[in-house]
Amino acid sequence: MTQDVQQRIDSLVQQNKIMVFMKGTKLMPQCGFSNNVVQILNVLGVPFETCDVLADPEIRQGIKEYSSWPTIPQVYINGEFVGGSDILIELYQKGELQQMAEVALAS
Amino acid sequence: MVSPDQVASMIKTGLPDAEVQVQDLTGGGDHYQVVVVSALFEGRSLVQRHQLVYRALQQEMDSEAIHALTMKTYTPQDWQALPTA
Repeated sequence: MTQDVQQRIDSLVQQNKIMVFMKGTKLMPQCGFSNNVVQILNVLGVPFETCDVLADPEIRQGIKEYSSWPTIPQVYINGEFVGGSDILIELYQKGELQQMAEVALAS
Repeated sequence: MVSPDQVASMIKTGLPDAEVQVQDLTGGGDHYQVVVVSALFEGRSLVQRHQLVYRALQQEMDSEAIHALTMKTYTPQDWQALPTA
């Protein structure tokens, strides 16, 4: 991954309390797993930023190295990698995701 | 494309004590759901647990032989505590 891509990812992750790297956009998710993440965050009613990796192949490859996580979507809260679709679902079902989001938005 | 047995054996190579259940979600050999029970998960967060399993399947994930992987990770205690259906 080039320095430039690393910096672009860093700034996206640092500047957005809740950041989602996904396939497609909030309104037009292009993959079931990405859609899961968007729906969960919509239900929680928290503001979140997205990046469509389909439109940016460099980010799509770089993000996998950045978090050493091989799949998309990837969710970051307060600059920290939280997980993909199934972890989001599990955290949501346990009520932990709500807490994490509130702490992030309050900080 | 990989077979369920290959997925199970690769996970066991990475997590020698693991009990693994593999389900091919679509029959196409590239969308899998796995349940992994291992003492190595103790004290590890969900993300760390999943990363252990992903590392065991690194090549297949990078080559997209496995396109999508959903997983449930348990320690032996978690597993026993589960209500048996």
